[in-house]
Amino acid sequence: MIEIIDKMETAAITNKMQIEFAAISDNESFARMAVAAFITPLNPTLEELSDVKTAVSEAVTNAVIHGYENRGGIHDIVMLSCTLRGDVLEVEVIDQGVGIEDVDRAMEPLYTTRPELDRSGMGFAFMEAFMDHLEVHSDVDCGTSVKMYKKIGASSWIGSEE
Amino acid sequence: MDEFKVIDNYLMIRLPDEIDHHKSVDISTKADRYILSKRVGNVVFDFERTTFMDSSGIGIILGRYKKISCFGGKVYAVNADNRIRRILMMSGLQDIVEIMDGNGRGIERRVDHNNDRNN
Repeated sequence: MIEIIDKMETAAITNKMQIEFAAISDNESFARMAVAAFITPLNPTLEELSDVKTAVSEAVTNAVIHGYENRGGIHDIVMLSCTLRGDVLEVEVIDQGVGIEDVDRAMEPLYTTRPELDRSGMGFAFMEAFMDHLEVHSDVDCGTSVKMYKKIGASSWIGSEE
Repeated sequence: MDEFKVIDNYLMIRLPDEIDHHKSVDISTKADRYILSKRVGNVVFDFERTTFMDSSGIGIILGRYKKISCFGGKVYAVNADNRIRRILMMSGLQDIVEIMDGNGRGIERRVDHNNDRNN
């Protein structure tokens, strides 16, 4: 993982995108499909594509359910930005919701503040498992930012013959 | 085709192609309605069509498990592909959910679920 962070600091940005959408649950699938489409030129494997889609889905769902307290407000905005540095994808999901009091606690597997909504408490655990690196910053009453990194096309040597 | 079907004491749920929070609310509500009104003891989740699932799927399964397990009911997962199996395992669900493939073994044979699908 340290390799990727080191690389991030030196590597130049090769592509970028940013979208904002209302914090309603309909947009969870939109968000993960947008990111999947964005990384398609990198020729990700099906596995990598699923990994990224799952992680984005978790982060956006967290913003909708926890950040904006599942109120479905059309004026609550989730910001999703993707940055490519070569074959390393950085996804950032930002909400300006209620924030997380204890980030470490929130990241514990199976810990959830919303069991009544059938939340499993596995969101952050999945993000960690499916991406190479995860950073969470949160301030109470200000919002939460989730940054995730993943190297796409780990088997890029296939294309290196060209 | 019916997403929900009661056969004997089993509620069969054919899950959609993508399971996320948005879809999970509806699935859970409907499932609970069946569990209560038809008094089914066991729930079978059929992942045949499912190509995407996030932790919301775990929430659906855990929630239904909590509802039926105190009456001795069991939860089954059938036709889950490798990725979905992995997600179930990562969440430790293999301890409470019987994960089986759907080709005529186990639960499928018992409740004859494939009958109308193949005809």
